[in-house]
Amino acid sequence: MSKVLILAEHNGDTINQSTAKVLTAAKQLGADTIDVVLFANNAELAAQLATLAGINEVKFVASADNHDQLAASIAPAIAEMGKDYSHVWGPSTTFGKDVMPRVAALLGVNQVSDIMEIIDANTFKRPIYAGNAIITVKTDTPQIVATVRTASFAADKSTDGNATVSEHALSTAAEHTSFVELSSGNSDRPDLQTASKVISGGRGVGSEENFEIVYNLADKIGAATGASRAAVDAGYVPNDMQVGQTGKIIAPDLYMCFGISGAIQHLTGIKDAGTIVAINKDGDAPIFEVADVGLVGDLFKIIPEMMEKL
Amino acid sequence: MKILVAIKRVVDYNVRVQVKPDGSGVATDGVKMSINPFDEIAIEEALRIKEQGKADEVVVVTIGNSDSQQQLRTAMAMGADRAVLVETDSAVQPLQAAQVLLKIIEEEQPGLVITGKQAIDDDNNQTPQMLATLWNRPQATFASQVEFTGDNKLNVTREVDAGLETIQVELPAVVSTDLRLNEPRFVKLPDIMKAKRKPLETKVLADVAPDLQGQMIEVLSHEAPQPRSKGVMVESVDELINILKDKGLVG
Ligand SMILES: Cc1cc2nc3c(=O)[nH]c(=O)nc-3n(C[C@H](O)[C@H](O)[C@H](O)COP(=O)(O)OP(=O)(O)OC[C@H]3O[C@@H](n4cnc5c(N)ncnc54)[C@H](O)[C@@H]3O)c2cc1C
Ligand SMILES: Nc1ncnc2c1ncn2[C@@H]1O[C@H](COP(=O)(O)O)[C@@H](O)[C@H]1O
Repeated sequence: MSKVLILAEHNGDTINQSTAKVLTAAKQLGADTIDVVLFANNAELAAQLATLAGINEVKFVASADNHDQLAASIAPAIAEMGKDYSHVWGPSTTFGKDVMPRVAALLGVNQVSDIMEIIDANTFKRPIYAGNAIITVKTDTPQIVATVRTASFAADKSTDGNATVSEHALSTAAEHTSFVELSSGNSDRPDLQTASKVISGGRGVGSEENFEIVYNLADKIGAATGASRAAVDAGYVPNDMQVGQTGKIIAPDLYMCFGISGAIQHLTGIKDAGTIVAINKDGDAPIFEVADVGLVGDLFKIIPEMMEKL
Repeated sequence: MKILVAIKRVVDYNVRVQVKPDGSGVATDGVKMSINPFDEIAIEEALRIKEQGKADEVVVVTIGNSDSQQQLRTAMAMGADRAVLVETDSAVQPLQAAQVLLKIIEEEQPGLVITGKQAIDDDNNQTPQMLATLWNRPQATFASQVEFTGDNKLNVTREVDAGLETIQVELPAVVSTDLRLNEPRFVKLPDIMKAKRKPLETKVLADVAPDLQGQMIEVLSHEAPQPRSKGVMVESVDELINILKDKGLVG
């Protein structure tokens, strides 16, 4: 008898796809009941969630402000609700990673981080050492608190659900922590974490100005843009474009990278991609060991040629 | 103010870890061990805060076997004032590590605790959040900038999926570091000599925290990740575009 409580993620306007991915994972568990808890000031979001098939109840906790999703404020509420569930799951996004360990600590359990495969209701696979090893873990605590590795599960696409929506008040807002601001390097391009195509650049691109050609190619084929840590550190692109162990873990159908060497911390972020295409002027670059299609050459010649021929 | 920094000894990030053939674990014999890279950044941040005159002592703590003394010495060579080793031969999981660290906090009464965001061996990313919870204090995870506001508060910029989020936390608090917070200094030879004379206190885990709570997650087996199938090298852009078209990846 599995009863799952899922922590929903949103940006104020829309439900993040990570929620639908955790839902897919919960369904694979063969859960009897799946409920979702949502912290927001926008009832529209609760209505959006209710259309996902397979959700029994949406627990809508009305918050003062959509930014009021601070871990210290919401974790006690999740843990309290979670006592009635066998599984309390969130996405392994920065939001889920911030909140869920607090929930686990309040429930007195270790968390299963980054579930990538479900064996049974108590047994899971997860990556360690930046994905260089996969472990099978088992736990039989009354609540299994976990984060779900979003790149390992497809988003649930159903729209014919009719979950009930219940309203709750947040009584655990933290006094000692407050939200100040969010600045995002937002662009009109597709979202990196959910895009079916991603074009990224590394240190080899050389400068912020040079990144224009990477963006142009991305726009040409309707791709999201990503980058290596070296490109972010050098200030060529904002941090939200970083792909890898400490950036975003993504699983697009096409991942095409220019001037990225293929450090293992970067590869961790792309190993679930459908087709990996690498363009690098160094034929010995480790990226070619994982690429499905490799082309040795200068990106400053290859990108313009691709622009012309695509 | 005293700053407590929690560090962990892990396989060096440059090592390509291999799973043992029998699936019992990963091969660590003779493998280079280092301070977890995020924890090195935590030490560096603490030292910079002290150098700005906002803290007067930096204490590093680790839970691990006696070999972890090496990493504590390195931390002191970087500039930490003293070190505490909570010794145990068995691996601890985040909830247990957080309970032990809480005991050290109760003893040391730091005004700020800095940790890495994630230990790159188990990639758990849990301990600082759990510690903040058990301590009943705020957390600021994945920090890329830490600023004192003057009224015993910190403004912390956090690296989140959507960009950069700034939150304000009252001290004492737990801050976990992301990579861009700073670049750790290199250790110089004379500092290594000096570090040998700095105090390193060893405590036995069972004495520090005799009543650890919570179940451990059982690890049943280790396996190597699925290798990707062998790719092809192409010679020209035309060839590349043809493959992409065949696969239906571009129009
Ligand atoms: C704890 C930890 C976590 C990390 N997390 C991440 C992470 O999440 N993501 C990440 O990406 N990295 C991460 N790193 C950093 C990682 O180890 C590498 O340093 C980084 O990925 C290198 O980026 P790069 O490939 O762009 O740069 P480089 O390694 O410098 O490679 C640049 C490449 O560009 C090629 N090149 C140069 N000019 C051209 C040209 N004109 N045309 C074609 N090719 C060209 C070169 O041949 C070279 O292969 C992490 C490191 C640590 C320690
Ligand atoms: N055994 C340990 N001893 C001291 N600090 C630890 C230990 N394990 C984890 N930490 C701290 O907690 C952070 C996150 O670790 P983890 O939750 O294991 O990913 C690390 O970067 C360290 O700062």
